[in-house]
Amino acid sequence: MPPVNARGKTWDVIVIGGGHAGCEAAAASARFGARTLLLTHKLETIGEMSCNPAIGGLGKGHLVREIDALDGIMGRMADRSGIQFRMLNQSKGAAVRGPRAQIDRRLYREAMQAELAATPSLWIVAAAVEDLIVEDGRVAGAVDAAGEHYRAAAVVLTTGTFLKGVIHQGEVRTPAGRVGEAPSIGLSDRLYALGLQMGRLKTGTPARLDGKTIAWDRLDMQAADDTPTPFSFLNDRIDVPQIACGVTATTAETHRIIAERLSESAVYGGRATGIGPRYCPSIEDKVVRFADKTSHQIFLEPEGLDDDTVYPNGISTSVSAETQSLFLRTIPGLEAVAVKRFGYAIEYDYVDPRELTPALEVKRLPGLYLAGQINGTTGYEEAGAQGLVAGLNAARAAGDSAPAYFGRDEAYIGVMIDDLVTRGVTEPYRMFTSRAEFRLSLRADNADQRLTARGQALGVVGGVRAAAYDAKAGELATARATAANLRLTPQEAARAGLPVKADGVRRDLSQLLAYPTIGFDDLAKIWPQIGDWSAPVREQIEIDAGYAGYLDRQAADAAAFRRDENLTLDPALDYAAIGGLSNEVRQKLAAVRPVTLGQAARIEGVTPGALTALLAHVRRRAA
Amino acid sequence: MTDTIFAPATAAGRAAVAVVRISGPNTRAVVEAMAGRLPEPRLASLRALRAGSGELIDQALLLWFPGPGSYTGEDAAEFHLHGGPAVVGACLEALIGQGIRLAEPGEFTRRAFENGKLDLAQAEGVADLIEAETAAQRRQAIEQVGGRLSQVQARWSDALIQALAMFEAAVDFPDEEVPEDVAARARPVLAALIAEIESAAADAERGERVRSGFRIALIGAPNAGKSTLLNTLVEREAAIVTATPGTTRDVIEVPLLLAGYKALLADTAGLRDTGDEIEAEGVRRAEAWAAEADLRLWVVDGAAQDVSRPPETLRAGDLCVLAKRDLRTGAAGAEGARAAERLGLSVIEFTARSPNDVAWLRETLAEKVVDALAGAEPPTATRLRHRSLLQEAAGRLRAALSEQDALELAAEDVRLAARALDQITGRVDPEAVLGRIFATFCIGK
Repeated sequence: MPPVNARGKTWDVIVIGGGHAGCEAAAASARFGARTLLLTHKLETIGEMSCNPAIGGLGKGHLVREIDALDGIMGRMADRSGIQFRMLNQSKGAAVRGPRAQIDRRLYREAMQAELAATPSLWIVAAAVEDLIVEDGRVAGAVDAAGEHYRAAAVVLTTGTFLKGVIHQGEVRTPAGRVGEAPSIGLSDRLYALGLQMGRLKTGTPARLDGKTIAWDRLDMQAADDTPTPFSFLNDRIDVPQIACGVTATTAETHRIIAERLSESAVYGGRATGIGPRYCPSIEDKVVRFADKTSHQIFLEPEGLDDDTVYPNGISTSVSAETQSLFLRTIPGLEAVAVKRFGYAIEYDYVDPRELTPALEVKRLPGLYLAGQINGTTGYEEAGAQGLVAGLNAARAAGDSAPAYFGRDEAYIGVMIDDLVTRGVTEPYRMFTSRAEFRLSLRADNADQRLTARGQALGVVGGVRAAAYDAKAGELATARATAANLRLTPQEAARAGLPVKADGVRRDLSQLLAYPTIGFDDLAKIWPQIGDWSAPVREQIEIDAGYAGYLDRQAADAAAFRRDENLTLDPALDYAAIGGLSNEVRQKLAAVRPVTLGQAARIEGVTPGALTALLAHVRRRAA
Repeated sequence: MTDTIFAPATAAGRAAVAVVRISGPNTRAVVEAMAGRLPEPRLASLRALRAGSGELIDQALLLWFPGPGSYTGEDAAEFHLHGGPAVVGACLEALIGQGIRLAEPGEFTRRAFENGKLDLAQAEGVADLIEAETAAQRRQAIEQVGGRLSQVQARWSDALIQALAMFEAAVDFPDEEVPEDVAARARPVLAALIAEIESAAADAERGERVRSGFRIALIGAPNAGKSTLLNTLVEREAAIVTATPGTTRDVIEVPLLLAGYKALLADTAGLRDTGDEIEAEGVRRAEAWAAEADLRLWVVDGAAQDVSRPPETLRAGDLCVLAKRDLRTGAAGAEGARAAERLGLSVIEFTARSPNDVAWLRETLAEKVVDALAGAEPPTATRLRHRSLLQEAAGRLRAALSEQDALELAAEDVRLAARALDQITGRVDPEAVLGRIFATFCIGK
């Protein structure tokens, strides 16, 4: 949008922070039609990938597809900047395949900045937010360091790790909120003053290496897929050139150096108390906890097509720069490596996400929405997905629309938010497919069928996306109707050379496809008309056929799940007034304030008996 | 607020002592109003119990159980009264006068369950313990109250989570340092679990039998002496005995105690082709009951001239009783014995007139019951509800094992198995499982 004088206007939504949560929040709010203001320190760092230059993976790739299905931007930006696309678990079933790509950091940043600049109804202003405006117990805007007031009906805060952030490198500790880069103490004080439950987490990053000093010719290389699979449902191919990543590993000598200098590490030296992710341990953790292993794998990931920086994935560390140099050179291929920037650990406070509603609104301060690392998550995809939900809900609140919740039976986004607001976090939260109980139904390949129409109804899907989806949905419906009418008797199948039990039962196309010995091409010989189906449609029919029995059962389970999920609880429910609840359970319910009976059931320590009592109470009041 | 409830804990009628229980948040106030100062927790104290008018009701023992360390998890108390109906009646009236209400059947146990003091299997155990009539039923129920089934279920669930974790590791971490064969490591764990769960499911039938009674069917031709046999064993005239063939029409079930186990002895209509519609229905019912029974006694009239065809429901291990030994004149005895031996049946010669014969038959039956129901330990699972959940879990695990490649499907099957096991203790799907259970059964007292 053209530059405007942002001051003195009343906005619908203000988004604070230009990271992955902030970008997605601002874009979602603007798509909804809300007049949206994005406030960030530096316009140049919007869309920056500050950690691993990769997007997607198991669970994470599912989130990106869902963001895309809701017309979010992360998937399309990754398609414009991905330099090594790989479908993880390609050999396994469709439900557990995860699209992933190495990203060219510059290309991604540029694509994101161009995208936001071209987004209607979105204005971007460089400003360091110093405080929130709070009126009548609601957030009413933000104040910047220059004292300017920006008024809005709702504010989305996506400030990452700025709360009491401390960087550890060896014995050096640096407050992470460097001048001009992080929102001020004032904003932190405002949040702490709310009395929100807080926790402390830790994460780490490895050194960045100079690719020119790596002996690539002596390393194993991992290539991209022959045919890259795009993230976005709007794209059918990838035009960015594809590169390979190097694969190397630590040695016994690496481990010896780290073990000797362990006290330099933030955790082992006792200087950091935050809890790090179990699934992403530092190299110090790996050496200590898996002492029997003499080697750990490292992927050497180039950060861009014309960038020499290499991200050595697998050796995040917080030992001193000197020690990092020393141990890096014990790794095959890195004997003469030059370091561009040393690794470090960062500790930060996060807001216990149980302080939030499933719309990501702070229960104690209506009008304020939180998304991303501030909620205890890690990862661009998790941040982006929350950003989308927070931005959409802020915009809906500004427009007096009801909050939009996503269910565990609908989307990984729903699984993540439910996990966060119901159970809280004990380590930086990352998505895995095993978190989704409806995993066989919530696939990366069908995210559009699950969410795009819902997104249209919620007002977050634009016209181009809607038209593309409607066309695909129409084609799919036609193909499914056709498939249901294409049937063979066992004799007919036998004549076509297809091995089917001679039981006299006619089988339709899907039932035939479910046989591991029968392929789509075999059937296309019998019914030439199915040969005309587009690749995505054909893929859907094949996947649905393969999972047929399981999908029916999941649908039944989802219906049962919905029944509890449709029993809504009043967020202002007086738990002290409900009979048959122990004090412990009362406190837990009152802390989370579940919005449905199903959510109450998922709170840790809530007994089935307590739920029965809760249900009886709700029924009695409804009667 | 939760309301406060009370109920007599002992049966109505005259007794030395009657116990009245109170549970809920107002317990303290109610007890203080009626009996003055509260005693030390869990220590019996003598108190003068007074009605609202100040009238002395009784000199009673008072026990005070502050929550959550009580049976229900709430504040609770007990009055131990002199057990006369007027004393109990006055006490209950005084409690109503305090503004608290009489408990629904099973409500104390329900509150214990709701407050997490018992899980569902334990609550079922409490109900069984109260219903227990035989030593075997008591042993089995007290184990379940003690959490035996719950502990076994928890161990299985834990092993399943472990197996699931191996599948999920292979699915969610393809690029990481997870061993290639991690999913294969889950398979022996699952195979061992299937064996254990299936054996517990098979054993659950034993538990059901202990609870409901070992079923013994008396079958045979009309007028063979089945009703006389039944009356002799139960020592009363439970069935009508006449010389007219076809007197017994319906199935008559009579409970019988055998070696500490409950048995159900059933007299049935004599088996023959008949044009009488009512008798024909009786024959159909006799055959159906016999087919489901745990033991069949083929009663043969030893005094008859020829033997009827052996009933089709007979199985090896059943018994043949050659009745009317004292009147034995015809060839039926020897012929029947030969037919019975061909079918693998032991033969017992019998007359109701000989106390020795009756004792001998009773001991033989007791041995059969003990063989069938007395394992080294009481069965872990004791109800059809448990058995069907165990069978479902084992079936899901078999499906998981048969999935060679599709790990996401194997994981799904394991998840469903874990869910079936969880339902035993009532940990999931509160609306469906609990709603049905509490609507259908009166759990606990």
